[in-house]
Amino acid sequence: MIKKSTNWPVTVIIALCSLLILFPLYMTVAIALKNPEEMARSIFSLPTGLHFENFANAIKATNFFNALGNSAKITVTAVVFILLTNSMVAYAIARNMNKRFFKTLYFYFISAMFIPFQIIMLPVVKVTTDLHMNNIPGLIILYIVYGLAFNVFVYVGYIRSIPYELEEAATVDGASTWGTFWRIIFPLLAPVNATIGILACLSTWNDFMLPLILLGNQDSYTLPLVQYVFQGQFSTDFNLAFASYLLALSPMIVIYLFAQKWIIGGLTQGSIK
Amino acid sequence: MAKRQVAFYLMTIPALLLFFAFHTFPALQGIYYAFTNWDGFSNSFDYVGFKNFINIFKDENVLNSYLFTFKYAIATTVLINIISLLIALGLNAKIKAKNFFRGVYFLPNILSVLIVGFIFNYLFSNVFPVWGQKLGSDFLSQNILGNSDWAWIGIVIVAVWQGIAYNTILYLAGLQTIPHDLYEASNLDGASRWREFWSITFPLLASFFTINMVLAMKGGLMVFDQIIALTGGGPGRSTQSIALLIYTGGFQGGEFAYQSANAVIYFIVIVVISALQLKFLQKREMDL
Repeated sequence: MIKKSTNWPVTVIIALCSLLILFPLYMTVAIALKNPEEMARSIFSLPTGLHFENFANAIKATNFFNALGNSAKITVTAVVFILLTNSMVAYAIARNMNKRFFKTLYFYFISAMFIPFQIIMLPVVKVTTDLHMNNIPGLIILYIVYGLAFNVFVYVGYIRSIPYELEEAATVDGASTWGTFWRIIFPLLAPVNATIGILACLSTWNDFMLPLILLGNQDSYTLPLVQYVFQGQFSTDFNLAFASYLLALSPMIVIYLFAQKWIIGGLTQGSIK
Repeated sequence: MAKRQVAFYLMTIPALLLFFAFHTFPALQGIYYAFTNWDGFSNSFDYVGFKNFINIFKDENVLNSYLFTFKYAIATTVLINIISLLIALGLNAKIKAKNFFRGVYFLPNILSVLIVGFIFNYLFSNVFPVWGQKLGSDFLSQNILGNSDWAWIGIVIVAVWQGIAYNTILYLAGLQTIPHDLYEASNLDGASRWREFWSITFPLLASFFTINMVLAMKGGLMVFDQIIALTGGGPGRSTQSIALLIYTGGFQGGEFAYQSANAVIYFIVIVVISALQLKFLQKREMDL
């Protein structure tokens, strides 16, 4: 094994390019902490006064904690039910691929991955409004149901690699199909649950389109939707706008700072499988 | 035994019913409305046959939105894949603070596309022009989002800034599956780095390349959030994507049926492109 020393030219290039990623985020933090006079002197400089009142104003203007609560409620509930239900559906499919019903079901769910959301966007608003589902519970149900297309594909691939013998042993011991799934299969799905959980969490938390077309009542708006709705009021006050953006981005950034290794690891593990 | 089978059906049938009700049924409804003249709120409408489809092919706004969306999707797909592959190679090399930089490059992926768009919207209008003025360039001193010829470039920049994160991680995962021995062997044979890349690295990344190309292209064709945050489709209609046209026309323009027909065509286009891409790239994977 040849031990190579640090590759300094590549380190420098990677470091310089990472500034391109960090610059917009630096600007966001800097602008969120300044007041208009400081902005007029220099847009780029570090803030001198730390104007935390921008955050207080943004919290009041956008009813931040209400939107944060909505986003958290929607994301947590959707992710938990996606993991519990989608894996169960995939288990039934994976163990019965020799039967026509389950095989058809598999391709039925998977083919939905190719259907762009726009084709169902207009009618789904009509359907959900007719059923009085244009609210948070309705939104959560849609996330769980729409997750099936991609998640069944990933789960089935993984479950088929789990040997049958474990389940047979459980059956001999008298466990029901449900018991076998919950006690034996579901714990074995931990790595793929991590991948799907992270992906579902990111896409639900950051989703803009479904809340935009579905949520009727302003009290039920999510964090991204609130930024959109208040855009008109922000336009003259950039410091207030950026404080609000930073507040909306911060929960995910904080989670990422602590769980970065785990999040990236979870995503790459699932993608190689 | 029969009881086991019942359990498997109980596990799947509720999901099947819900999926049909909220995915397949609306899709079929969309196709049905495409053959009517419903505006989205009237109580009555008529069956009009293929009239909507014929009109769509004659509609300049639709044509423009397709041209913009394709231009945008191709540019972002190519740029995202080249840049993220280069960054992944860099992150896979022997560099200092590897985990820190990996964390930085992945960061944009966890951020809301809409809010990132709003932030860049401000940078384009108030920050980048300041640099342009310092450089003494009239072109760089303007807000390119306000220029109908160049606004699409601004949207591409934002999409690439955010899109490289996920693809970089996928490529990096791919690079780590390549055994070290291969490089040691090619070192002994005296192969150049360039040769090494094209003969070992790239062929062994083929399946990752396929996935990334298809994902980036599909994402590009469905662009919506970025446009809302950056240009709203303007100036004029120069950056109106297909998704945005269906949304605004269908919900606000009283063109529910007409935009449903547009969505049906859009669906066919996406399926055909995804299928062609998969076929072409997988054939390439085999040839390598």
